[in-house]
Amino acid sequence: MNTWCVIRSDPESREDMKVLDKKVLAENIVQVTIQSPYIAAKAKAGQFVVLMVKEEGERIPLTVVQADASKGSIVLIVQASGFTTKLLAHVNKGDSLYSVVGPLGHPTEIKKYGKVILVGGGVGIAEIYPVAQAMKEAGNDVTAIIGSRSKALLILEQEMRLICDSLVVMSDDGSCGRKGFVTEALQELLKKELPALVYAVGPLPMMRAVAQVTKERGVRTLVSLNALMVDGTGMCGCCRVSVAGKVKFSCVDGPEFQADEIDWQELMKRNSVYADKEKHICRLNNLYGV
Amino acid sequence: MKDFEEVIMGYLEQDALEEASRCIQCKNPTCIGGCPVGIDIKTFIGWIKKKNYDAAYATIREKNNFPSICGRVCPAEYQCRKACVFTKKGEPFASHESININFLERFIGDYGAHGGLIATMAGAARLARYKVAVVGSGPAGLCCAGELARSGIQVTVFEGLHKTGGVLRYGIPSFRLPRDVLDFEINLLKKLGVEIQTNFIVGKAQTIEELFADGYSAVFLGLGAGIPSFLGIPGENLCNIYSANEFLTRVNLMSANDFPKHHTPVNIGKHVVVIGGGNTAMDAARVAIRLQHAGGIAPDTTVAYRRTELEMPARRLEIEHAKEEGVTFAMLVKPEEFIGDDTGFVTRLRASRCELGEPDASGRRRPVVVPGSTFTIECDLAVIAVGLGANRILTSVTPQLETDKYGDVTVNPETMETSMKGVFAGGDIVGGEGTVIEAMGMAKKAAAAIIVYLSHL
Repeated sequence: MNTWCVIRSDPESREDMKVLDKKVLAENIVQVTIQSPYIAAKAKAGQFVVLMVKEEGERIPLTVVQADASKGSIVLIVQASGFTTKLLAHVNKGDSLYSVVGPLGHPTEIKKYGKVILVGGGVGIAEIYPVAQAMKEAGNDVTAIIGSRSKALLILEQEMRLICDSLVVMSDDGSCGRKGFVTEALQELLKKELPALVYAVGPLPMMRAVAQVTKERGVRTLVSLNALMVDGTGMCGCCRVSVAGKVKFSCVDGPEFQADEIDWQELMKRNSVYADKEKHICRLNNLYGV
Repeated sequence: MKDFEEVIMGYLEQDALEEASRCIQCKNPTCIGGCPVGIDIKTFIGWIKKKNYDAAYATIREKNNFPSICGRVCPAEYQCRKACVFTKKGEPFASHESININFLERFIGDYGAHGGLIATMAGAARLARYKVAVVGSGPAGLCCAGELARSGIQVTVFEGLHKTGGVLRYGIPSFRLPRDVLDFEINLLKKLGVEIQTNFIVGKAQTIEELFADGYSAVFLGLGAGIPSFLGIPGENLCNIYSANEFLTRVNLMSANDFPKHHTPVNIGKHVVVIGGGNTAMDAARVAIRLQHAGGIAPDTTVAYRRTELEMPARRLEIEHAKEEGVTFAMLVKPEEFIGDDTGFVTRLRASRCELGEPDASGRRRPVVVPGSTFTIECDLAVIAVGLGANRILTSVTPQLETDKYGDVTVNPETMETSMKGVFAGGDIVGGEGTVIEAMGMAKKAAAAIIVYLSHL
């Protein structure tokens, strides 16, 4: 009996992609733990997987929030916003996903920068969480600013508090932390001391606003982009984005890029290219169920 | 033409017999030299004449593992049919009078498939203890896997996507290569004991070194061509401008033509422009016109190419089919700029007229822009089909693998062995953008070399 047969289980039984655990973290935000030993052994902060919930599903990229090599599992956090993320939010413990592949994209460059400020908005907090962990382990002084529309939508506050040297919580309506945008807190922090690096993940308008704030102060800023993808391996060019006037593929050249070099307007337009079809399939879903 | 059913009907037995009867069985058959893998065309057609289809099948399988596939997708008019004695001297493509070798091959391939004719295992027991990893399940990978498995070697095929077949599945549309033909060949490999691991990217999930550490004695790289090229003109990132790879993958692999039953969307335009002159451009145009039909849109799909139809690298048959299906051809057109609206969607294409100048390095006459000839046409969806570059996912993490300036893996052309010990390669990752049959030819050569390599371990 070859031992490798056991780990590389029969793909048709899809043991590999079993949902081991599922938790609701906030309104419409769920955390799923997926069995995926190869990805778990390799994934580093900043990398992502491309998954399909069902055979007839679409391929979507999601950041690997945690990878546990010993358990052979990865943690993904997803906000049920589009059709496929809604489908994923509906999976239950014991279900199997149809496809999970990774780890894709370049990992975050982790080293001792000195002072690092991480900015996470909404479900983007899930994406800065592994970077915060890795940056802290590398000996950085880590400050995080996390924000959401309201308290009901805030995730990972306790986890972030445990890792970071200092944590600022912001909410649009003031129901948790301070009332205001993450960029306001960032501006205040930059007035006190300029960090070596700012790392931001969140909705595109938030990342663009962060880029503007840090550009004024000349602070190097990285963002992790959530461009639409199909294969996630450089084959299709769906995720292309203009960076410093050059065409880059988010999947193989990114997903992280220097924030001040990104053509945000183009990316926002490209990311809404299927907005009408998305609405249509979601409406059908509400009418006929999943 | 709303659907994706195969468009060319295959030969019935009577048709095959009639076509075979036209073959004069030349004493010195030139057709064989036109086949990249050297199928003994004269002999297999001879067997058809005698109605011995089993023998015809065996003859083809000696050189070609996938006759059903090659019979459908081979550019025969540039290869065996062009070399046929019935093709007039000096013709750029096969004459109509040349024997329809590819149709006969398809007839025999399908006969073998339906009759369950399987090339028998000539397994050398001595090799059965070896495991070989085949990276990629496209034409090269599948062919190599089959060759090795038939020699009794344990083979695992690693595929990055969720389905096998590589370009045969995501690239070539089902109206050209029905999925049951492809699935048949893949199931045959499974029956031969080949293990297939989908969702597994070598270079990401495991490195080549880790495969060796895992007990594989040799590795074959059939990575394929990967990264789509773009034109590099202004406006190319506007919405509804697709690479051919993306457009075809969405439809062929993800069934976007069946949205919302399948969840992957694809947009379709009222005025589609496909840029390029190869088979991929023809596939994209023919997919686009089907989507227009299916969407109740008046068909308006144009192929824009810098040279003329004569220089188009596409198969003549595909060009004819595209025309029959209503695709318009705009020749001697060089795109200059895509123009969009406020929402970021493309609305128009600005282009220049060209004329043909002196031949370039490829031997084809170079397109030269006619000064002051700029014009704009309506274009609310564009597909860029101007070629592919090497995918560096694996080579970038494997410094021992020597690559050329294009990022292709360099090999010893006799053995297809790379600069890394025990690692062989074939298909588009070696030769750039070749054909299915060329990829198979390389894979066969590599498989033979792998068997020799294992025998010396």
